[in-house]
Amino acid sequence: MVAALHDPVRRAVYEYVISQGRDVGRNEAAEAVGVQRTLAAFHLDKLVEAGLLESGFKRLGEKTGPGSGRPAKVYRRAPGEWQVSVPARDYRTLALVLAEAVDLLGGEDRAEEAARRAGGRIAERVAPDESLEETLRQRGYEPYAQEGRLRLRNCPFHVLAEAQPLLVCSMNLSLCRGLLEGLGQDPERARLDPRPGECCVSLSINNEN
Amino acid sequence: MHLAQLNVAHLRAPLDSPELADFVDLLEPINKLSDAAPGFVWRLKESEDPRETVSHGYGDHLVINFSVWASRDELWNFVYRSAHLPVLQRRREWFLRVAEPYSVMWWIPEGHIPSLAEGMERLELLRREGPGPAAFTFKDFYAPEGVPASGGPSDAGSEAASLPAAAEVRK
Repeated sequence: MVAALHDPVRRAVYEYVISQGRDVGRNEAAEAVGVQRTLAAFHLDKLVEAGLLESGFKRLGEKTGPGSGRPAKVYRRAPGEWQVSVPARDYRTLALVLAEAVDLLGGEDRAEEAARRAGGRIAERVAPDESLEETLRQRGYEPYAQEGRLRLRNCPFHVLAEAQPLLVCSMNLSLCRGLLEGLGQDPERARLDPRPGECCVSLSINNEN
Repeated sequence: MHLAQLNVAHLRAPLDSPELADFVDLLEPINKLSDAAPGFVWRLKESEDPRETVSHGYGDHLVINFSVWASRDELWNFVYRSAHLPVLQRRREWFLRVAEPYSVMWWIPEGHIPSLAEGMERLELLRREGPGPAAFTFKDFYAPEGVPASGGPSDAGSEAASLPAAAEVRK
């Protein structure tokens, strides 16, 4: 599965599709990556085989009804997730257990404080000239700009957020605020702004809320 | 099948007290958001006034929400993936922490509107016997056929390279 992303063209195709957050056709992927349509199609189908993308059929373009041609094959990110660790490590199970324990103990406030400190520690390791968007990208948030805000397409804590959404989403917000604070920025740039299928936090692009 | 959900919240102070003022102010926007949310089917209302809570005979300290949804995911997206989430995060300002389950779901035939008494019985069932096909929660979710959903992120497996788990979760 990891080998499926080794090829640079395939990786570029994969990264383009997931960055769109919607169905992508073969022509579009080929143009975006700058390769022939057949090569793009080959890599897209290999990514489906590897379980990294899923495919469907959809009419693209304006025309509908007879004469609009058959539906085009489209691709989107597969819903599953993959984790690779050598040697074997299992942080997920323990994280789920700990999150449940925090919830049972009613320790949300302490967990948020700890998350804020963790955000601050992340900030200490950020290169001085790195943009906030790049920092968020490296943390796996997949940021994109929309209507004056940086929205986050991916929740890096997805499995935990599904199990303990109230705890994990408020910890994530605290972590983002701690990060901003550590970078010398206004922590209130980050706020809860949930949307289906995305991260629960968004950030103002300029230093305004 | 449609998904019925009922939850009860234990007030820290009377609804007309200053401590609850923010909550009462949020009833209208949140109820409007719920009623317009994808998958929303029905909600028990006291009246057409979106600021009113349901009056009931289970004690003045309880606020009861009772609604019907087309699917699990649509209910999930309203509860945790909409402007409802930031309000939910403030729950400790207004409601007491309770050790026993305060939220229950069960499947109903489409078109059926369950009674509040039935909903409270489902909550009692959940408290008494734990999650099952007749009374369950997001965490221990049951598919309509009465088969436990293999979802639950805790089933995600512990292999270092685990198989896609979220596909299961996203019912």
